[in-house]
Amino acid sequence: MAGKIVKVSGPLVVASGMADARMYDVVQVSKERLIGEIIELRGDMASIQVYEETSGIGPGEPVVSTGAPLELELGPGLVEGIFDGIQRPLTEIIKLSGERIARGLEVHNLDRNKKWEFKATAKVKDKVAAGDVIGVVQETPLVEHRIMVPFGVDGEITEIKSGNFTIVDVVAKIKTKDGVRDVIMMQKWPVRRGRPYASKLSPDIPLMTGQRSIDMFFPIAKGGVSAVPGPFGSGKTVVQHQLAKWADAEIVVYVGCGERGNEMTDVLVEFPELADPKSGRPLMERTVLVANTSDMPVAAREASIYTGITIAEYFRDMGYSVAIMADSTSRWAEALREISGRLEEMPGEEGYPAYLGSRIAEYYERAGRVNCLGTQGRVGAISAIGAVSPPGGDLAEPVSQGTLRIVKAYWGLSSSLSYKRHFPAIDWLLSYSLYVETLGKWYDENVAPDWSANRKAAMALLQEEAKLDEIVRLVGMDALSPRDRWKMESAKSLREDFLQQDAYDKVDTYASPQKMITLLRIIMNMYKLGNDALDANVEIRDLLKIKAFEQLGRAKFNPEKDLHIIEKIGTDMVDEIGELIAKGGQD
Amino acid sequence: MFVEYKTINESVGPLMLVEGVRGVKYNELVEVIQIDGRVRMGRVLEMNEDKALVQLFESSQGLQINTSRARFIGKSLTFDASPDILGRVFDGLGRTKDSGPPVVAHQRLDINGLPINPAARTFPSDFIQTGVSAIDGLNTLVRGQKLPVFSASGLPHAQLAAQIARQARVLKADESFAVVFAAVGITYEEADYFVQSFKETGAIDRTVMFMNLADDPAVERIATPRMALTAAEYLAFELDMHVLVIITDITNYADALREVSAARKEVPGRRGYPGYLYTDLASMYERAGCIKGKKGSITQIPILTMPEDDKTHPIPDLTGYITEGQIMLDRSLNKKGIFPPIDVLPSLSRLKDKGMGEGKTREDHSSVLNQLFACYARGKDAKELASILGEAALTDIDKIYAKFAEEFEKVFVGQGWQTNRNIVDTLDIGWKLMGMLPKSELKRAKANHIEKYYVPTQIGEGGLAKKIPGQIDKKEQH
Repeated sequence: MAGKIVKVSGPLVVASGMADARMYDVVQVSKERLIGEIIELRGDMASIQVYEETSGIGPGEPVVSTGAPLELELGPGLVEGIFDGIQRPLTEIIKLSGERIARGLEVHNLDRNKKWEFKATAKVKDKVAAGDVIGVVQETPLVEHRIMVPFGVDGEITEIKSGNFTIVDVVAKIKTKDGVRDVIMMQKWPVRRGRPYASKLSPDIPLMTGQRSIDMFFPIAKGGVSAVPGPFGSGKTVVQHQLAKWADAEIVVYVGCGERGNEMTDVLVEFPELADPKSGRPLMERTVLVANTSDMPVAAREASIYTGITIAEYFRDMGYSVAIMADSTSRWAEALREISGRLEEMPGEEGYPAYLGSRIAEYYERAGRVNCLGTQGRVGAISAIGAVSPPGGDLAEPVSQGTLRIVKAYWGLSSSLSYKRHFPAIDWLLSYSLYVETLGKWYDENVAPDWSANRKAAMALLQEEAKLDEIVRLVGMDALSPRDRWKMESAKSLREDFLQQDAYDKVDTYASPQKMITLLRIIMNMYKLGNDALDANVEIRDLLKIKAFEQLGRAKFNPEKDLHIIEKIGTDMVDEIGELIAKGGQD
Repeated sequence: MFVEYKTINESVGPLMLVEGVRGVKYNELVEVIQIDGRVRMGRVLEMNEDKALVQLFESSQGLQINTSRARFIGKSLTFDASPDILGRVFDGLGRTKDSGPPVVAHQRLDINGLPINPAARTFPSDFIQTGVSAIDGLNTLVRGQKLPVFSASGLPHAQLAAQIARQARVLKADESFAVVFAAVGITYEEADYFVQSFKETGAIDRTVMFMNLADDPAVERIATPRMALTAAEYLAFELDMHVLVIITDITNYADALREVSAARKEVPGRRGYPGYLYTDLASMYERAGCIKGKKGSITQIPILTMPEDDKTHPIPDLTGYITEGQIMLDRSLNKKGIFPPIDVLPSLSRLKDKGMGEGKTREDHSSVLNQLFACYARGKDAKELASILGEAALTDIDKIYAKFAEEFEKVFVGQGWQTNRNIVDTLDIGWKLMGMLPKSELKRAKANHIEKYYVPTQIGEGGLAKKIPGQIDKKEQH
């Protein structure tokens, strides 16, 4: 059954004769067969958001419904791939249309010809339920792709074989009460529906990111949600890239949503060359990229974050810890606004549709730590990190506010820090993490018993510095008491030698928890001993001359294997201040 | 031939409604022919059954709707590209404007282009030497980057853009290089400044100009930057040239877009600009870049004036979110006579790390960059404090920092419009400035670089400027 176009307005097409269509069905628009999705039905008229450029389309042309919603293909071939907002493989598209993305291309989302080595882990006569793993494919050296029984299938395996198969070859047969079902390695799943799980768990294990200001001060849990808002130039994308690189997730899904093409290229070029700190393998081997750059059609941008999170859920269901970065959710919201405007919906705040808040919440709620479906007792997690680009850096706007209501960790980037080239420009006075307590306990138990105590003391020092800073601005540094002066200098060391982290330095780009606590311990110890020295009448100017200040400036550039060098700075510092105190006593 | 419709029913601002049309497509080009034969161009903004909403690219003044005819010509706006476009001047709609012969099209290109497949891009990493220290040293530009200049009324952004166009070169080899210049709603005087400056340096023969001046129709401006970028793409990806695109002024472009949006009665976003301003700007800025297997590249330097010097105004704000950094001009530096008045602290090149270092500039580049930024930021703070409390309130070290900030502005930034510094000079001047500070203050520089390049500098009464040979004589007449 074919409908007919009556109206074309940018990415929105209205067609008549669509009485049989269902909401969110995918349709093919015009002879060019552009992909679109029905987003509104009125009588026999359907409003369709089209995922491709609509130039040259006009009234009278046909619209054909496929009768199915927008679905992803999930199976081996996802990892190391780069897909557009509706999961079309961009590297395949190059083969079809060169360096520019043409319209109406027909391409399978996953490669149908490639053969994968399937190793059966279940055997004939096993009783299996939906979500159970029946075999594995080593997709990349880092990722074992677990083939699961599709949803809605429950029964006894009657046939299963190991060997080399494509993703559409039958690898097993399962006898269900409705007859025998063929199982292939690929599953389909509609992007707008969350994949089911058995039950949710509360997140209480840290997602270690190797970024000092995050892990130490504003940590995120595996299965947690966080947002990175900031004005342009404050380093949102670098923070997102750093997390994609160094977070200890087993799978990373990176969604470039309405952002720069060069940034996606950067990931494509850089990730294959970076080594995972644990395995030493290229980071690309655990990464899935979804790229809908800002010059690509706006409707597909709307779909891209759902595509990303559905892929993340699929790997979560295998029992993996997945991290998904969306850069930037503001561009996604703008796409939503554009479509809403074209539908002539009543606008809410700043022209955004009234349902913006609930859509944002819906997205983030698909993250979390869960007991996976099936009888095998796996636990999987999705940690979602969203960048927000507030206009003018002003957070009093609907996307930021809608996001802040739902996320638990907030890394606020500030432009005043970025002007000073303090990177990552995570403002310690603005940011927070509601995971601090639970994760602090974890770190105390698993990394260092003094983790939380040092964190607390350091945070307090930074807060006091901010207060003193205002006084200094009024009366100058020299007017401060020696104790306050020492406080300022110690806080400065904390900022420069601990919080600042150079993403472009080979060593400093990643820090292990051991390195973090070693550094912080020295700084906080120096602060404490300095105070003791002042009590013992040591002159502040002598104290400020200790070697540790200069040495701490370079301490973070020592590689992980040279932790003892950093520790030595600490012991030297103790000795040096000790001598000062001894001398001070003689004066 | 094409069917002509005499059913133009409405004309409101830049918009026109044609009824009873058949087979008309979205985004199609329209010619509106007046009874006296005058032709105006437009495009289809929306098709609703048999009604076409048309946006004119020209003023509708004098248009009589009951006698004019609309002809739909079945394609979108195109630009006639050929190698002969170099050295030519076009109007905002890509028609020749100079006295030269008509351009015979080798290729007729749709000005809207198609999105570049991100998997087909290569990452920009070739350092472009602009000869301007504040850019080369601290906000390094690379080939394929889009780096806007954020200016404001009364600031010399034109001089800076012309200086860059004049001096920019790539260190490696002499590959063929071209400039595409799009004047979008600027004055004759400003446009002429560019023409003269291209002429003086002989660059005019490798320049393609698109001129939409302040008195040209505002709606034409929507097409002008796209014309220029289409020409640039042709030169870069068909003729293997390295193209520098200068578009000035984006603010006028956005205003034209707002005019059309308002006439359509769309729900406005911030400050009356349409909600799709981001997407629209991105569709132009994203046309910069390098592509796998192609020799050429497109580097963009769009210029925009910030209304009320406000960086959070939607135009600079959205631009900043799309482009790879920004060069900020500063009013107070300009008043002090520091040219070019680039405020390096809020300026940023996101791709700088890809274009600098050993083999590209010099191994100590990142040390110099980080250290100068940190010192200048601290120096500025110190100066601010001194202005409240008097210099006496500063600690000894802060006094040096304040002095440093002053010298940095004067010597490093304030090189003048005619000085063309190579990157080695720029970095050496950076080290001279850092020499004002004791070694222990240089925490951002790598130890081995300090070892190699650090020499303490004594500053006398005349400041550092005297110590840098060639600096005084080159400081010129503005």
